[in-house]
Amino acid sequence: MTTDLDALEAGVADLLSDLCTPERLAAVEGDLDRQLWEALESAELTRVGVPEEAGGSGGSLAESAVVLRLAGERAASLPLAETSMIVGPVLAAAGLAVPDGPLTVGLGEVTAQRSAEGWRVRGLLRRVPYGGLADTVAGMATTADGRLIFRVPTSATKVVAGRNVAGEPRDDIAVDIDLPPTSVAAVPEDAEREIRLRGALSRAVLVAGAAQAALDLSVRYAQERMQFGRPIAAFQAVQQHIAGLAAEAAAARAAADAAVRVCGHGFGSAAAGLAVAAAKARTAQAAGTVAAIAHQVHGAIGMTQEHPLRFTTTRLWAWRSEWGGERQWTQHIANVAVSLDDQDLWPMLVGM
Amino acid sequence: MTRQALVPPIAEVPPEVEQLRVEVRTFLAGELSGGRFTPRCDAWLAGWDEEFSRALARRGWIGMTLPPEYGGHGRSTLERFAVTEELLAAGAPVAAHWIADRQMGPSLLRFGTDQQKQRFLPAIARGECFFGIGMSEPDAGSDLASVRMRASGGDGGWILDGTKVWTSGAHHAHALVVLARTEAVDPDNRHGGLSQFIVMTDSPGLTINPIRLLTGEHHFNEVVFDGVVVPDELVLGTIGNGWQQVTSELAFERSGPERILSTYPLLAHVVACVRLSGDGSHHPQMGALLARLWTLRQMSLAIASSLGGGVAADVPAALVKDLGTRFESEVIELARLVLDVEPDPTSTDPGARLLAQAELHAPGFTIRGGTNEILRGVVARAVGLR
Repeated sequence: MTTDLDALEAGVADLLSDLCTPERLAAVEGDLDRQLWEALESAELTRVGVPEEAGGSGGSLAESAVVLRLAGERAASLPLAETSMIVGPVLAAAGLAVPDGPLTVGLGEVTAQRSAEGWRVRGLLRRVPYGGLADTVAGMATTADGRLIFRVPTSATKVVAGRNVAGEPRDDIAVDIDLPPTSVAAVPEDAEREIRLRGALSRAVLVAGAAQAALDLSVRYAQERMQFGRPIAAFQAVQQHIAGLAAEAAAARAAADAAVRVCGHGFGSAAAGLAVAAAKARTAQAAGTVAAIAHQVHGAIGMTQEHPLRFTTTRLWAWRSEWGGERQWTQHIANVAVSLDDQDLWPMLVGM
Repeated sequence: MTRQALVPPIAEVPPEVEQLRVEVRTFLAGELSGGRFTPRCDAWLAGWDEEFSRALARRGWIGMTLPPEYGGHGRSTLERFAVTEELLAAGAPVAAHWIADRQMGPSLLRFGTDQQKQRFLPAIARGECFFGIGMSEPDAGSDLASVRMRASGGDGGWILDGTKVWTSGAHHAHALVVLARTEAVDPDNRHGGLSQFIVMTDSPGLTINPIRLLTGEHHFNEVVFDGVVVPDELVLGTIGNGWQQVTSELAFERSGPERILSTYPLLAHVVACVRLSGDGSHHPQMGALLARLWTLRQMSLAIASSLGGGVAADVPAALVKDLGTRFESEVIELARLVLDVEPDPTSTDPGARLLAQAELHAPGFTIRGGTNEILRGVVARAVGLR
């Protein structure tokens, strides 16, 4: 299993390194990188977490996390998290096919009523990643009887453009459309919870990848940058800083990997909820420290538009706040902790 | 630039390990209700209770990973990890057997002669043989290779002269494992010429003096060797190979749950107080610390699993000790935000007492077992900075 993941990692890293150069990242900034998407699609890497019968590659959550972490590391401009990890698998579980092309997802206030053709779906999805640029957007709607999941071509929606601090599109999408039954499916009450958990997990995984990139960039810069006649890597003060960055990057990776492992058994359990909360909170803590140290090591040049460090650090700042920031997830953990009897706190932390 | 993962893959824990946790919890609940221990912070340094150690031994929870032919129990690294974690989380007094169980059992198994294994391992597993570590010296702390303790070879034995410091529990222990110079320092190979010896604490010429903590507690000792004779059969491993032997065990010493859980009894008390207050809605800091703990455990577990599989993990262990020991101190700051108590080591209020224990022991967390600065140096080297 580990060997398979290693092989997958090597393959994806190869593919991304050719297409995620600093020049290309700058060229596609604020856009959806269609060329990279096509490359990943032909390698069957855009829907790794989606079952084959729904149009995916039928991979495990762990495999989909490997691809996503590397996409985060290379600052890829795509709704890969949304397609492969967040909503693709939920659409499939609801019995809907996952369409070709970039698929994204948002939550918001949406209602659905039965119509002659199927369903009339109305409302607003907020902060939808690459909302106006993806081919399809999925969301959840409330009906008189329960909850639905739906998908709709983005061209049939109204888009109000927004951005995160990395310049990635985070658009509000207004929906007011009749959808056929093939685009709509009833979902269990906890489907929204699962989407939120998948969303938070995806950001934990992305941050883990970006933290690794910040470490690599900082090490390389410290080795190359000469001051006082030596590379700054020779200074203990710099070494200690970067070791602290490495520790945070390691913690982010461990937290994300552990949550992926727990959620590989399903998102329905309390343990899965805690794992995602802990991973999202811990990676968010790491993101701030990692970005701060990386910038300190790079000095003034790291703050400029010409330097590629910003592709990574702005994403660390953006992703740590998406799908619930630290306040939300740390409070979730605190709430769980105080809901338990004294003797049950430790078993909760160790997962049994 | 190295691109090996900073932490080994996350371990999947077999069900029998989880069953073991239930057994340990049941035992601990009984000991606690029977008044046989009071939970405390840093109990793996401060909780010396030989009767408690023997009670653990009777249940097979000391020397767990040693093979049965040496009195051990043939259990896995992950099973030992689970038991250790449960004991530390409960603040149980585990100091007496700690070094013997964590350090000496594995070390003897790896480097010891069959005679040494027969002599010490069954006694360790019975909770009847306790060890101390003689590594640091007055002038050799972080720079361990500068140890000056001399071991001179003679007829069938060695004569040790010098002074060791910070030897926890030496005043109770039966034996010490001592790092000494068997050859003069070679400036081109400072790590050469070092050897390990097992020294019985009742050896003539050996004097043990207390080095009291700032609280007055007596855990550490200075151990003075004045012509102490050590027979050949108590040389541990190979003469001249001491550095490799010592450093090969560091990952076990640095990544274990004791580098994370020294203040867990205080953290559990804080959570209980928030629960009792009926207002859990303003404690994101508490949730943040629990997220750190949750993650640290996963890291420590991953390393234990990796070491159990024979994979070296020096760098991950250094990372975990750096993060874990800082977490241990952060718990104090949370407790001060939440608990409205003045710390008092003599108080009957557990909050005041646990906070006092944690505060007074905290400076040691980031020093013992390799200072965090040294550990960051290890990490810096691993990522290619030195």
